[in-house]
Amino acid sequence: MIKKTFIAVTAIAASLLSSAHAQEPVDALNVQDIVDRASAAAYYQGRDGRASVHMAILDAQGRERTRDFVILRTDIDDLDNGEQRFYVLFERPADISKTAFLVWKHADANDDRWLYLPALDLVKRIAPSDERTSFVGSHFFYEDVSGRGPGEDDHVLEEETDAYYVIRSTPKDAQGVEFASYKNWIHKTTFIPVKTEYYDASGEAYRTYSATAVETIDGNPTVVEATMADTRIGGETRMSYGDVAYDIDLPEDIFSERYLRNPPRRHLR
Amino acid sequence: MAHRRTIFYATAASLILPAMAVAQAPPPLPAGLSSEPAEQSERQNSTTPDLPSGLEEPSEPALPPGLALEAADKPRDTSRDARDDFALPFGLSGFAEARLGARIVDDPTQKTLSVGEVRIQLERDVETEHANFRFVGDFLYDGVAGDHSVNLEKGRGFFDLREANVVLRPVNFLDVKAGRQVLTWGVGDLYFINDLFPKDFRSFFIGRDDEYLKAPSDAVRLSAFSDIANVEFVYTPRFDADRSITGERLSYFNPALGRIAGRDAIIVADLPDAWFSDDEFAGRAYRQIGAFETALYGYAGIWKTPEGQTPLGRPFHPRLAVFGASLRGPLKGGIATAEFGHYLSRDDLAGSNPLIRNSESRLLAGYEREIATELTASAQYIVEIISDFDALAGALPAGAQTPDRVRHLVTLRLTKLMLNQNLTLSGFNFWSPNEQDGYLRLRASYKLSDALLAEVGGNIFYGADDNTFFGQFENNTNLFVGLRRNF
Repeated sequence: MIKKTFIAVTAIAASLLSSAHAQEPVDALNVQDIVDRASAAAYYQGRDGRASVHMAILDAQGRERTRDFVILRTDIDDLDNGEQRFYVLFERPADISKTAFLVWKHADANDDRWLYLPALDLVKRIAPSDERTSFVGSHFFYEDVSGRGPGEDDHVLEEETDAYYVIRSTPKDAQGVEFASYKNWIHKTTFIPVKTEYYDASGEAYRTYSATAVETIDGNPTVVEATMADTRIGGETRMSYGDVAYDIDLPEDIFSERYLRNPPRRHLR
Repeated sequence: MAHRRTIFYATAASLILPAMAVAQAPPPLPAGLSSEPAEQSERQNSTTPDLPSGLEEPSEPALPPGLALEAADKPRDTSRDARDDFALPFGLSGFAEARLGARIVDDPTQKTLSVGEVRIQLERDVETEHANFRFVGDFLYDGVAGDHSVNLEKGRGFFDLREANVVLRPVNFLDVKAGRQVLTWGVGDLYFINDLFPKDFRSFFIGRDDEYLKAPSDAVRLSAFSDIANVEFVYTPRFDADRSITGERLSYFNPALGRIAGRDAIIVADLPDAWFSDDEFAGRAYRQIGAFETALYGYAGIWKTPEGQTPLGRPFHPRLAVFGASLRGPLKGGIATAEFGHYLSRDDLAGSNPLIRNSESRLLAGYEREIATELTASAQYIVEIISDFDALAGALPAGAQTPDRVRHLVTLRLTKLMLNQNLTLSGFNFWSPNEQDGYLRLRASYKLSDALLAEVGGNIFYGADDNTFFGQFENNTNLFVGLRRNF
């Protein structure tokens, strides 16, 4: 009897809560839709694109290291959350200047990755690595740069505010990741993830992503500055994007060995 | 009284604030997402995320500048830290380094120092509308070398020209690279089958940076691209030999003397050096099939090391042709590689001349994968099979030692990144089970800053016999340190 009452009360409370927060897009959207659209807004804007990226990596002692690279991206068949190709040309620091990095991102398989070392004229195929390890020594993981598959977690809409969908995501395969869950504040109008907090098994937040500046470029709201702080590693990385452009008609063959050896200079500027 | 009130408010706040934290206010909208310009006054207390410029709702994350309906007041700070930005003038970049190493095994035929040098590498790219030019040159003071006169072919002296080339695209499907350049292809890891471009094993063995394993070629490279396959030709009008072990700096086994020799018996080989007749052709056709890269190779030229001897005992470079193939692709969470090459010793097609290296087949199978966080392991198994073993064995003079028909080689590489990827530890071991010898390369490099790299390493040769490939270098076992400043 008590149990039944409890369930009824919970159900009523839940329905009240959800109707109170029901706004226009929410009715039509289930959680997976929101997550899919957030992934598309963060990683699939436009058909293709280019950006100059500056990373400032602050370690736990406050020492700074920097990375500068140009990144080119194309979406195969202009499909959101589908296959993508990335071309990254490092500019600084000097020891990795002119090193080129090519990624073919697959939706359902390990990414294919190549690295070109100009001093040796060597095209090296890189073994797939844990997606949740540091990208070029920063606090961003590979997965933060190329996107975590929206199907890799179970998503629950925890809260809805005027500005945000607040979504809690729990990994389907807990073995493959270092977090127990994460929470995403997704901007309702643009679907841009504004903040992401990662929690350990005890519910403690240890890793925080924050989008700190957004610009609308070629009609696409774009995060142009973001930070990732990680208390386990200590310190944080600030990543800023300049010279962002979309729909620049990148030929698909740019993402091949030919351009690893000879950078596509015309498209990098 | 007023004092008491203050305490009350403070206590109330301390009770309420943690509760707010638990309720977890949403993050402030970042610049660009907020509907109003950022205002300091709209910031939340420290337990909830800051409202980035321009969110009205104080209880959630501030919209970042840019998500606001109005533009943020404050322009984004795009300034870059220039602390480490000492730059060279005239668009030059490069590095300066010092490297010092010593033998840890007594070698009566060599100096104790294995490497002791200061090097400045300068590079410059010049881009024009139709062509890209590239120059890379090393100014070098080498305290171990005996001869400092410049020889750009041998890489001797105070200047070593690494690259001086132009890249052109006369038509859309064709790239042409002409001039001095470094060339590499094939899928082996520190083992080359179809890559017959010049190597510098001296640099490799004494602990110079890996890039110096590749000696430059003076060549023209034509690369044609199509959907069916990509085809490349490299023409080297005058033979480029390996910078191989001659005894000058590293000791080796001298069969005529029957012992390890060094500066007391320097190999002076006849070098084929006639333009357009002592030339080399190398070709490759490659395409990707799914996730796998496939390639076919061909080479017509000359053995890169002096693999022949005249009847009077003078070493020379016999003619050579090679054809082969390679495959590389993903397998069970790692990368699998396979390469094959048949070496045709064109001056001894019957294989019965013991003074010229026999024809042989070389096969390689490799696998690499990440076995733990930032720890990558790779292994290769390699065989070299003498083609006309019976003819060779029958032609050997009485008393001469018969080589093994098959040489087996196993390589193992471990690479570990630590300390935010600033420390790299790596070990690479070559080991031949049938020759019972090997070579262990150990490296530890640490990035003191973005510009400064410190390195220590060892090159350890071991073997049961003096006359095996790695065993003959036993007395060259060395340790080294290096410091490099990039700019």
